[in-house]
Amino acid sequence: MSPRRVLVTGASGMLGGAVAELLRDRGDQVAAFQRRPAGIPGVEDRLGSLTDPAAVARAAEGRDAIVHLAAKVSISGPEEEYRAINIGGTENVLAALRAQGGGHLVNVSSPSVAHLGSAIVGLDATPADPERARGPYARTKAAAELTAMSADGHDGLLVTSIRPHVVWGPGDTQLVGRIVERASTGRLPLLDDGMALIDTTYVDNAAGAIVAALDRIEDVHGESFVVTNGEPRTVRDVFTGFCEAAGVPGPRLRIPGSVARLAGRVVERLWEARPGHDEPPMTEFLAEQMSTAHWFDQRRTRERLQWEPTVSLDEGFERLAAWYREHPLGS
Amino acid sequence: MVMPGMTRHVRDVAEVPSQPGVPDQLHRIEHVRDHTGVERRWHLLDSGPWLAERGITPRGTLLAVHGNPTFSFLFRSLVREDLPWRLIAVDQLEMGWSERTGTVRHLQDRITDLSLLTDALSLRGPVVTIGHDWGGIVSVGWALDNRHDVAGMVLTNTGIHQELGEQLPAALRLATAPAVLPATTSLTDAFLRTTLSLSQPPLPREVQDAYLAPYRGRARRRGIEDFVADIPDTAGHPSRPTLERLAEGIKELDVPTFFAWGPRDITFSDRYLRDLIARVPHAAVHRFEGTSHLVWEDADVAGTLAAWLAEPFDEHGAPRAERDARPVSAHAEQAPGGAVGAAIARLAADPGHVHGPAVVEIGSEDAPGREITWSLLHRRVEDIASGMLAHGVRPGDRVSVLITPGADLTGVLYACLRIGAVAVIADAGLGTDGLTRAVVGSHPDWIIGIPKALTGARALGWPGRRISVEQLPTVDRTVLGVETSIAQLAASGAHMRDLGAPLDAAWPEPGDDAAVLFTSGSTGPAKGAVYTHAQMGAMFAAVGDTLQLDPERGLVAGFAPFALLGPALGAPTVVPDMDVTRPGELTASALAAAVDALGAPAVFTAPAALRNILDTAETLDDRGRAALARVPSFFSAGAPIAPHLLRELAGLMPAARALTPYGMTECLAVTAIDLAGIEEAGEGSGVCVGTPVPRVELAIAVMDADGATTGEISTAADVTGEILVRAPHVRDRYLMLWGTTHTSMRFPGWHATGDVGHLDAAGRLWVEGRAAHVLATAEGLFTPVRIEDAAESVPTVRRAGAAAVGPRGTQQVVVVLETTEGYRAGKPGKPRPAEPSLFQAVRRAVGEATGAPVVAVFTTRTLPTDIRHNSKIDRAALSRWSEQTLRGERAEAL
Repeated sequence: MSPRRVLVTGASGMLGGAVAELLRDRGDQVAAFQRRPAGIPGVEDRLGSLTDPAAVARAAEGRDAIVHLAAKVSISGPEEEYRAINIGGTENVLAALRAQGGGHLVNVSSPSVAHLGSAIVGLDATPADPERARGPYARTKAAAELTAMSADGHDGLLVTSIRPHVVWGPGDTQLVGRIVERASTGRLPLLDDGMALIDTTYVDNAAGAIVAALDRIEDVHGESFVVTNGEPRTVRDVFTGFCEAAGVPGPRLRIPGSVARLAGRVVERLWEARPGHDEPPMTEFLAEQMSTAHWFDQRRTRERLQWEPTVSLDEGFERLAAWYREHPLGS
Repeated sequence: MVMPGMTRHVRDVAEVPSQPGVPDQLHRIEHVRDHTGVERRWHLLDSGPWLAERGITPRGTLLAVHGNPTFSFLFRSLVREDLPWRLIAVDQLEMGWSERTGTVRHLQDRITDLSLLTDALSLRGPVVTIGHDWGGIVSVGWALDNRHDVAGMVLTNTGIHQELGEQLPAALRLATAPAVLPATTSLTDAFLRTTLSLSQPPLPREVQDAYLAPYRGRARRRGIEDFVADIPDTAGHPSRPTLERLAEGIKELDVPTFFAWGPRDITFSDRYLRDLIARVPHAAVHRFEGTSHLVWEDADVAGTLAAWLAEPFDEHGAPRAERDARPVSAHAEQAPGGAVGAAIARLAADPGHVHGPAVVEIGSEDAPGREITWSLLHRRVEDIASGMLAHGVRPGDRVSVLITPGADLTGVLYACLRIGAVAVIADAGLGTDGLTRAVVGSHPDWIIGIPKALTGARALGWPGRRISVEQLPTVDRTVLGVETSIAQLAASGAHMRDLGAPLDAAWPEPGDDAAVLFTSGSTGPAKGAVYTHAQMGAMFAAVGDTLQLDPERGLVAGFAPFALLGPALGAPTVVPDMDVTRPGELTASALAAAVDALGAPAVFTAPAALRNILDTAETLDDRGRAALARVPSFFSAGAPIAPHLLRELAGLMPAARALTPYGMTECLAVTAIDLAGIEEAGEGSGVCVGTPVPRVELAIAVMDADGATTGEISTAADVTGEILVRAPHVRDRYLMLWGTTHTSMRFPGWHATGDVGHLDAAGRLWVEGRAAHVLATAEGLFTPVRIEDAAESVPTVRRAGAAAVGPRGTQQVVVVLETTEGYRAGKPGKPRPAEPSLFQAVRRAVGEATGAPVVAVFTTRTLPTDIRHNSKIDRAALSRWSEQTLRGERAEAL
């Protein structure tokens, strides 16, 4: 495949950075679009706000594809802000591609767009539901996905959506960082013994799937895919894996099922608002993730994208441990 | 142009609220004159447009009539793509969303109203009528009045006849009492709510709401009251003549007929099903065990019906030309031999055997032993048979036999076989609840039992006329409702013989039903397997041939059911001194004494007995040791025996060929293997159960990625799939379980066992568990034993059970362990997550050995095992527990 000229929005985050690096390493010409420099060697920073159509249009200039990751993920702030960034931003990205006669868009979405609150056990991607999705982040991402997908096939646009599920990796301050921090002070709780089975995605695998979607877009446009490692584990085992990697004791606090309703709120408090991180969802959605099963049928994703995860959970935990050895806690 | 009628049509439909599971396009309103000549508004479900939209050409129409107090919503499950029939489900007038006219409608009025509606709809054949509750009667009435259009008939939980003088079912008796009637049926919605509350498990809230919606307010409920009042329970009731006409008329409806039944129905109990079967003997029947009056809600009736409708009708709804409906056994090589029990008569007439022992019961300190000669056994069987006939037991009658194994059971069973009464044998191991289901569910005409069983029959209201074994005192007879006793029947038979009138009855035909054997129930509710005389004879022959049983040497029945084998094969049988209800407690010396009584007989024991025999061997004297050393063959049925036990046994019975069989209630002998065979087979996936016994053929049904059989059959080595069996001794069918029979016979000429396994290159069969427990993961299919074997290779693991969570095709594997330190006998405790190191070790071991991905590992004190065999891991329970736990829910106890 000949090198492509790709714009990655939200490259200052862990996943966006990984995508930009992966594309760069294989010889694509990569630019990154966000408010502050991403500082990725070999990747041109094009700065600006997603809510500024002109800035987005400038950043997209000369690009034949966009990987759109930038979003507002925090749990605070007026819903208007979510709309502006998540829906408006996606409209701006689409408009920028249209203005130059079309192009390819990999819209990075989230499984939360179809998450209506109950356990997900071995399901494939279900339709985005802006009405019933939980919380402003999920609702606006759902609307954004519908907006993006409805543009597919018109005006020279080919669009696919990738929904990576609970992305983690070395240097992750969002999920891993917070869990380890809580655990190191003995304040990490497990709900119902942490027995719910959940899927997670090692960051390199999520990046690999996104790039695969870009490469396969002629065949898979119009489809949405949930992406995971395909190795579900209990919440307890996931937490333990993170803690062992960081060299801190695993979760010891347990919240019994009889107070499960309260527990949802307790966990939620773990992920306080930290605006400015352009990452897939980490908040209200994640809290629910930790108390009910969420794992997916990956057969269609792997078959259609012709993609397989390359980093197993075990290897991911080892890489995380290696990272913590170089970046000890409290340093 | 909009017709005036169409505007009204649209507005009327809009009045019917959306119902869960009912596509809006199904609702239809029709205005048709009723029997009084007045136009009435009907609401009905019509799936015609729905089918057309999907390009499905209907083969005919299903005309469905609900009862009281439901409405067409009951039949919504009949709209499905695998059912190419147009559904017309009506709301009867005064009911559901049809008009409230204020007219009291009697049975014949309702039938006429329905015919006027179907005329207006221009409904032409082929029509299959479907009726539930009192709608069943209306549907039969419609069928009789429109016979030229009727292609088939389906009835569910209804009753066509009410004997005058008989009491109405308790629930209706209360409801029809004049003082109670309005109060329960229209003033309040208690009748409605009671009906809905009967469902098992409880109906979802939105379904209950949908049922209640058309009956809000007393005026809308008046139809319920009138409907109940129209139950013709007295001779003078205006609907009585119609009911009697239908009850007779149904006998002449010779169309394909299906009865689907929920046995937990306090109104239309099994009694009504029995009555219907008597009127329409050719009907296919499926009793959905555990389901209630609203069987349509509790079970997949529509799915079973879809399978049934595909059988008798072709794509035009016309009766299909000849189908191969022969049982599996007809496809197999036939076994030699005549009627079951004929050997008894033969030996009794043979001067060389007439005074030889047929049954020997070894005595103990408490009970003296006894020896029954062939002559005596023959006389006893003929006398009981003669007495039974004289008392009114008819060939074809079902006789529930609840007798502890022994001479009485042998006598009664062979007497039943002799006259063609169908013995129903249910194992006491089913427990009271299981036994009740088995007895009630087999619709016995007679119950012959020991006092304990008769007490149960009385207390639990089991059907059937009662006969005791021993003659009971008058008081007990009255209390237990016992008519006579086997002792008395035998005496009267003997008396008639003495008077020169011995038994005069033809032997049953080979194709006649001989017995119903109830399965253990370890794989769901107990099912009755029906054997014909030919199949039963073949079954005895198969066991005899497998063991190379020499009739002259005889056998020791250390496991009571085998005491029935000897008389069939003409081999003398010795019953050791033991408690027949505790076969595992048979001692070495008791066994030796039994062996000694015959010389060198074959030995049968329960699998659990072997350990005890070996443990008590040191108490044997020289004579006992010598006796056991002469045993030529040893056979243990029920569960495979561990090779180390067989090796130990070889020390005690050096001359014996020890066989362990594989079989099931539906085909008692499939394969067998001895110690040499086990050692030759070596290690492999699953348990090697050996090669087929005479006249048995095996095949494997290939499975797809979801673990469902594809229809392809293989006999190649190393193909894992559902085990198929063909033999002359495969059961004929299941009793009143049409759907189950259909599923197990979906490969013509084969019985699909529900077990999964493979054949090896030497033609040996390896059993790998139940087909339903095959784990269908994204990485492929895995049988539980393969995963368990790999997990058990990890040090500190004592025993492992594999389970799966998630939808088939993408299931995840869960392993629950007993560890050497953590193991505690007793009840399964609450499983705990395994330590990370153990989890990793098990995950690696399973991954390397099988490729199956394990997502979670738990440890528990002891794994749940199924009730009867006490050795098979209850994988279904493990999967249930895992599924709930790993959803993040609180799981029910294991």
